[in-house]
Amino acid sequence: MYRYDEFDSDFVRQRVAEFRDQVARRLSGELTEDQFKPLRLMNGVYLQLHAYMLRIAIPYGVLSARQLRKLAHIARVYDRGYGHFTTRQNLQFNWVELARIPDLLGELADVEMHAIQTSGNCIRNVTADHFAGAAADEAVDPRPYAEILRQWSSLHPEFSFLPRKFKIAVTGAERDRAAIQVHDIGLQARRDADGAIGFAVYVGGGQGRTPMIAKKIRDFLPESDLLAYCTAILRVYNLEGRRDNKYKARIKILVHEMGEADLIREVEREFEGLRGTPLALPAAEVARIARYFAPPDLAELPPHSVVLDSRSAGDPDLSRFVRRNLTAHRAPGYTALTISLKAIGEAPGDASADQMDAVADLAERYAFGEIRVSHEQNLILPHVRLDDVPALHAGLQAAGLATPNAGLVTDIIACPGLDYCALANARSIPVAQRIAERFADPVRQDAIGDLKIKISGCINACGHHHVGHIGLLGVDRKGEEFYQITLGGSADETATIGEIVGPGFPADRVVDAIEAIVDVYLRLRHDASEDFLAAYRRIGAEPFKSALYAEV
Amino acid sequence: MAKVNKAFRPVAITANDLRSGRVLYRTFEGGWAPDVARAEIARDPARADALLAAAKADHDRGVVVEPFAISVDPVTGMPVALREQIRATGPTVGIESEH
Repeated sequence: MYRYDEFDSDFVRQRVAEFRDQVARRLSGELTEDQFKPLRLMNGVYLQLHAYMLRIAIPYGVLSARQLRKLAHIARVYDRGYGHFTTRQNLQFNWVELARIPDLLGELADVEMHAIQTSGNCIRNVTADHFAGAAADEAVDPRPYAEILRQWSSLHPEFSFLPRKFKIAVTGAERDRAAIQVHDIGLQARRDADGAIGFAVYVGGGQGRTPMIAKKIRDFLPESDLLAYCTAILRVYNLEGRRDNKYKARIKILVHEMGEADLIREVEREFEGLRGTPLALPAAEVARIARYFAPPDLAELPPHSVVLDSRSAGDPDLSRFVRRNLTAHRAPGYTALTISLKAIGEAPGDASADQMDAVADLAERYAFGEIRVSHEQNLILPHVRLDDVPALHAGLQAAGLATPNAGLVTDIIACPGLDYCALANARSIPVAQRIAERFADPVRQDAIGDLKIKISGCINACGHHHVGHIGLLGVDRKGEEFYQITLGGSADETATIGEIVGPGFPADRVVDAIEAIVDVYLRLRHDASEDFLAAYRRIGAEPFKSALYAEV
Repeated sequence: MAKVNKAFRPVAITANDLRSGRVLYRTFEGGWAPDVARAEIARDPARADALLAAAKADHDRGVVVEPFAISVDPVTGMPVALREQIRATGPTVGIESEH
């Protein structure tokens, strides 16, 4: 993985020192809250319902065992023994004290991490396919480009005060696991017929109160033009994006109001002026960055593991885990392994300090010390020998991390909601917990198959409800929590915004409503090979509406 | 004499501690406490204004941040809104461990 050079290291250390001084001046009264608030936000420090919250950037979701162990240490020493992995592949600590944050940031700097640009109207943490460098279907490893974008966008002087926040996602596979079409810029790295690398460029996607699927504005942008083209997009947005209305300030609104053709013309015009400038990516620099992401030393192995096959034949738990939590690896005999942070009844995305340590230990022992955070709030060990899966599974079981539910109805995305978040209107976590408990039976989960439920506690859509196969949006109706249900959303290469199915449900009826929806699907699907999304696309919303609202 | 505003609902004043960020309530003694049961309840607009003004002074002195008034039940003193109930008593979901 990428290692800080001296410049990176100095830059982060200086930023810690600067923030330490700012916190001291705030505590001494030299800075007012109005003066201090933008400074703390630039360092990822929010004030939530109960306490300060620190959002730590995990660049494109890549963590080393050493870093994860440090996060566990921070959870124990500075927080309440746990952290929350988010849909932006970040980690949030919910209970940090302002006075101690400079020390905390110093510890993070020790392991080449920080919280810069995890808030504010700037380019946020660049996200990527969590199976990058491992997936069998990958054409190009997106991580070197995500890293190049990270370096380019960090404290970019021109793009530090954009009309609104700006999110970039990168994938390198046809199968989109990075939700690129609901990002401000989505990039799909691909190869042309000659093997040269370029990008399909999507712009203007997003969720929030005005969900939109991005427009593809380039089918194959040459690799060397990546930064010039992104600069052109950002420049058009920075100049033309609306600053008069916070709710209309994202680039998706600009794309919508300008129209695709005009936007493309503006971007291309800007891009013409940037061609041949120092923004052109030198091939040698791309190669230098890519070397940080060289594959680990993988052995030549047979494609099947006799050890795993025989062990899982006699162990139903292992067998279920193998069926759900392993993803095809590009190297024979290896797998990319998902560690579910969705144990039944737990808060989605939460991990205790002990669990973080356990994952770090297992990653070091079995997976080259590498961990990924997925935007679906799970952890991934990207390179695992199939032969090692039984032992790894046992280690995960001991840490309470062997839930075999990846991609199933209980693998629910949920934002922190009203239990933590100052913006939320309704709770998300307890609804996720109750749904998971209702569907806890593993046989029933298997029968239902692939199904993505996503829950947001407010219209900002951190829980990605618009692109859930089943989406839940919590709203406040006269002081009572209600949940609006959307169906048919998808964040993959067939990205779709879900349709609102009808009036919302009160908290005490929402789990029944989900169950009714699932029952309609089970009744009307062709067979088990037709998953929920496929069935919904075939039969439409009506059967679900009838089931939900028939008696009303 | 000003007529008592019938629409007025009793309020307490809450804020977050500057240093720790923890939820606090303005007490009868004029200080701040984490326990909502110790909050002074203002039963008329004048008292509510006075409490909020005092809280804002504490904000300006760097004791607390973001003070505001919340509606409370006149009998139990508990916050009326769910959001404020959660602020008063903590997340409604099990927290894995308390250090």
